[in-house]
Amino acid sequence: MSLITCENLCLAWEGKTAVDRLSFSVAAGDYLCIVGENGSGKSTLIKALLGLKKPQSGSISYGDGLRQNEIGYLPQQTPAQKDFPASVREVVLSGCRARPFYGPGEKRRAMENMERLGLVELQKRCYRDLSGGQQQRVLLARALCATRKLLLLDEPVTGLDPTVSAELYRIIQELNDEGVTIIMVSHDVDCAIEHSKTILHLRTVPLFYGNSGDYRLSEIGRSFMEGGEEP
Amino acid sequence: MSLLREMLSYTFLTRALIVGGLVSLCAAVLGVPLVLKRYSMIGDGLSHVGFGALAIAAALNAAPLTLAIPVTVAAAFLLLRLSAGGRIKGDAAIAMISTGSLALGVIVISLSTGMNTETGNYLFGSILSMSASDVRLSLGIAAAVLLLFLIFYNRIFAVTFDETFARATGTRAGAYNALLALLTALTVVVGMRMMGALLISGLVIFPALSAMRLCREFKHVIIVSAVISVLCFFIGTLVSFALAIPTGASVVCVDILILLICFGIGWIKER
Repeated sequence: MSLITCENLCLAWEGKTAVDRLSFSVAAGDYLCIVGENGSGKSTLIKALLGLKKPQSGSISYGDGLRQNEIGYLPQQTPAQKDFPASVREVVLSGCRARPFYGPGEKRRAMENMERLGLVELQKRCYRDLSGGQQQRVLLARALCATRKLLLLDEPVTGLDPTVSAELYRIIQELNDEGVTIIMVSHDVDCAIEHSKTILHLRTVPLFYGNSGDYRLSEIGRSFMEGGEEP
Repeated sequence: MSLLREMLSYTFLTRALIVGGLVSLCAAVLGVPLVLKRYSMIGDGLSHVGFGALAIAAALNAAPLTLAIPVTVAAAFLLLRLSAGGRIKGDAAIAMISTGSLALGVIVISLSTGMNTETGNYLFGSILSMSASDVRLSLGIAAAVLLLFLIFYNRIFAVTFDETFARATGTRAGAYNALLALLTALTVVVGMRMMGALLISGLVIFPALSAMRLCREFKHVIIVSAVISVLCFFIGTLVSFALAIPTGASVVCVDILILLICFGIGWIKER
């Protein structure tokens, strides 16, 4: 049984077909990387997986005990967030579901996730004063408060320098080793192949879907890695 | 001190201080998420709608607030719908609705009573306009605004910080945006006759900006914004009484002064 199964999924964005006849599934413990150029339908697919967009046709089903609102989402940062006056602890805690207040259980979970990502010393610091890498770790901790089953990461290393990126990839790898299922959207195809188990190459229609070793050897994979040009 | 005693000896001033203090508190608390969500102008837009509604109420000889409250609340929802629709951006939607209602209000006034001091009072506020029933109403509304804000504080934070994430984890972001708009509409309608339709949005924006300059934690920003706002209101009223100048304008000027001081403090801290 898969966590997520997409069957013949078609999605539209502003009246145009963004994703066409896409079928794939994500099993528990998987590390799927979705690659493709800008405008290839990656962002639309994310919205659909999060339940923020209805499919034109086809279906997305959730199984294996995963509910649709149990996806831990790491979004790309918005300009409004960059100068948001909130402490690290407040941001992490906001990943827990308030009913409408946070109980001791939620606070403990926030604390655990801050420990997990090395944020305990930073918890009183203001989010806007942190470096890009630290901010991503805060958002990752928040996502882990929402779920420990599946993380959906949208271009997590954009704007980070190589050392910080490597560190973030390492953290994601560790989480995956602990059993957290990862779906990552990226245009960094080399890192995608290096870390992920499965690759989905999207250009409206799926161009490749299979394990990352095979992708490296495939024609589409090779040409995308070399020049970023699709055949 | 004697000035304060003298002020409190007038019933209308005591009323104005109660209503104004409560409105300042509500506006400041709501102002923080509004400013952060880039909805700062919503208070301004809604007060213009309130002006139009008051003008029509006066022409029909209806009780001013019974008309102004539902109309302004409806306008708040319309604004959200328009900006969520994506065809007209939020700021354009607000500008459209606010100038439209201002124009309508001015036409209605000129056809009914004609331009007089009453019109000036609507636009720039009057401390004399608070009746005993207004005090009761504002107490009720302020209590409702603060209570709802407190209960949904965590959700409002989540939706303000990251609407997409909140939606994805099952928070009904649209409902909380609507709640914010509703509470803002109520606050604006109650406060606008005293502060003035053209000045009330100052209460929403300035204290929030001042507090954001000083604090680095969301909870502190809310508390400091509320304290600054209420203090500015009382100082502004005192000054307006002492110098015999309009209260709304005086309060807004004190707010601006505090904002400048906060920017100064923030600047020194950063160096």
